[in-house]
Amino acid sequence: MSVYESICRFKALRTCRITFLPVAVFLSFLIFAGCSRTNSDTSSTAGNADTIRIGVIAELTGDIPSVGSSSRAAAEMAVNQVNNAGGLTVGGRKLKVELFVEDDAAKADQAAATMQNLINQKNVIAVVGPNSSTGAIPAAEIAESSKMLMITPWSTNPKTTLDSRTNQHKRYVFRACYLDTFQGRILASFARNDLKAQKAAVLFDVAAEALKGQAEVFKDSFELKNGRMAGYEIYTTGDRDFSTQLTKIKSKAPDIIFLPAYYGDVPLAVQQAHKLGLNVPFLGSDAWASSDLLALCGKDCEGFYFTAHYSPDSAAAKSKEFVDKFKALNNGKVPDDVAALTYDAFGLLLDAIGRAGKTDTESVRNALANTTGFAGVTGNMKFVEGSGDPIKGAVILRIKDGKFKWFANANP
Amino acid sequence: MAYFLQQFINVLQTGSTYSLIALGYTMVYGVLSMINFAHGDIFMVGAFLFFLFVSTLKLPFVPSMLAATVLTALLGVATERFAYRPLRGAPKMSAVITALGVGVLLEHLTLAINPYPRHIPAMFEGSGTWSAGGVVISQLKAAIIVFSLLMMALLDFTINKTKLGMAIRAISWDMSVVPLMGVSVNGVIAATFAIGAGLGGIAGVLYSLAYPVINPYMGVMVGWKAFISAVIGGIGNVRGAIVGGYVLGLVETLTIVFLPATYRDVTAFSLLLILLVYRPYGLMGKPKTFKV
Repeated sequence: MSVYESICRFKALRTCRITFLPVAVFLSFLIFAGCSRTNSDTSSTAGNADTIRIGVIAELTGDIPSVGSSSRAAAEMAVNQVNNAGGLTVGGRKLKVELFVEDDAAKADQAAATMQNLINQKNVIAVVGPNSSTGAIPAAEIAESSKMLMITPWSTNPKTTLDSRTNQHKRYVFRACYLDTFQGRILASFARNDLKAQKAAVLFDVAAEALKGQAEVFKDSFELKNGRMAGYEIYTTGDRDFSTQLTKIKSKAPDIIFLPAYYGDVPLAVQQAHKLGLNVPFLGSDAWASSDLLALCGKDCEGFYFTAHYSPDSAAAKSKEFVDKFKALNNGKVPDDVAALTYDAFGLLLDAIGRAGKTDTESVRNALANTTGFAGVTGNMKFVEGSGDPIKGAVILRIKDGKFKWFANANP
Repeated sequence: MAYFLQQFINVLQTGSTYSLIALGYTMVYGVLSMINFAHGDIFMVGAFLFFLFVSTLKLPFVPSMLAATVLTALLGVATERFAYRPLRGAPKMSAVITALGVGVLLEHLTLAINPYPRHIPAMFEGSGTWSAGGVVISQLKAAIIVFSLLMMALLDFTINKTKLGMAIRAISWDMSVVPLMGVSVNGVIAATFAIGAGLGGIAGVLYSLAYPVINPYMGVMVGWKAFISAVIGGIGNVRGAIVGGYVLGLVETLTIVFLPATYRDVTAFSLLLILLVYRPYGLMGKPKTFKV
């Protein structure tokens, strides 16, 4: 990796993630955050204000602008719904919600700066976002040290809610989605029990933390269920040719191939497999969930399954209502995972504020940690005190007639 | 056995791409003794031009491929005319740095015009696969390999048997004497760039048929691999570049067969370093002696 990294840094300063600068910036922020906390405690300044001030950190520019714009649209929709109904009832008073949307460009340093700004300048009581783990992990460190409540809608990396020093769960950081490890487990039992696969192969992007985690957990869970692995092959981000790995996999004749890969790589791998005469079903994870996959992969992906956070065609009334409203507000755009999860993050937060009956961060945080049964668009969620990771189910989608179709619910 | 034959077909496909692009590096080095680091990005532009004609303008396959090849060749000529020719008398390092700059410019220009990964539509929907004794080869793959080999044979003929080829070889031998024979140096150098870039464009088209998702950075890594191929064969040596591409394809495939796939690039670049230290003139080149 280091050769490749140094070369592409030299050549174009592009997809290589330059880790040192953000880490350095982030460390200096940690020091500042530590200092400022001793000088003045900013966490509960909005205790008895007339509005509820909530911050949003979204990836509006940078590599994944569609994630940020989805998240912002869902946040505005959630807040407008409450305000149009006269506000949120908190301890007998109707309070309006005021939203502060900031851009972190999906960058670690900018996410840290934005979180700092929301805490110190905007005096928010809670922050929803960032969505990408790249931004969410450093932002979460600052939120925790400033005692600021943070809910990330979409960051599935375990490190977001874990304290980097103690490896304990952070007290003030929550998320609205499940973790990478959960998907690996769900897919392994789906392959073994529902698809009756005896032998499974895995091909995954080893340079992507989330995908690597999914592959490892899938392998362990599949073997635990008396399945056999027929190939465990890797590639790195940016590879275009998987023929050699797929030829190796083919020689071991698996019943199924798990492909935790981002949606741009999926069609290449699947089409190359078909050209090699390797015609077994593929399984995917939430990294597949982009409508671009359907356009890029076409008929080759027909009939394949993958896990997602929610399904727009789900029969559940709550999901349907959300999808219809979102489409009406956004020129018919179907809400994606990020939109649904951001909406649920607001749902969780507003529910907690209502139950707390107060608007100071500490009370809201305690109410949120004691959420026992929140019915969200992406399923039912609860928190267990001591962990910011929700207990919730996943959905399994199937690609059928060029569309994502709901196939099954998978509960923990 | 079938398994290794199958892997060998994979080698042929990867190797064909590397060889076609390596020819561009080696030809430019031959006439100007400079490494045109923008060449990988010229390959990328070829793929994007093909996408433009096939997908946006909805032209049939053959005219699209011809148009993409011709325009890429012109792009090669233009980079030589406007970026490298003004620096011909300058130290070689200036030209190499300029080449890097041109490469980055092309990447970001493509990115500015077209920020999303694009999908080349399936052109040969009906094409199937042949299989024999457990070895499967798709007709598309076979066609790409055969067409690449044809192009390389054509180039080899041009270099060795035509007047233009003789002029290119003459410039590579001694640039200062060529004008005395009444041959236009600038014309021949422009033709060399046109051929090299045109082959890069063809490689871009073939590559985007085999791997139909294209993005503006696709040329970076492939360009480096082709550069290594050229070094393996002996940079400046046309037949060496062809052999070098297949050798690198073989080395990479064997690496993935026996080691985790992450070692593929490690092996490729280690090979580059070892060659540069112990045999900088490559497998087929001759050591250069300098007379005082």
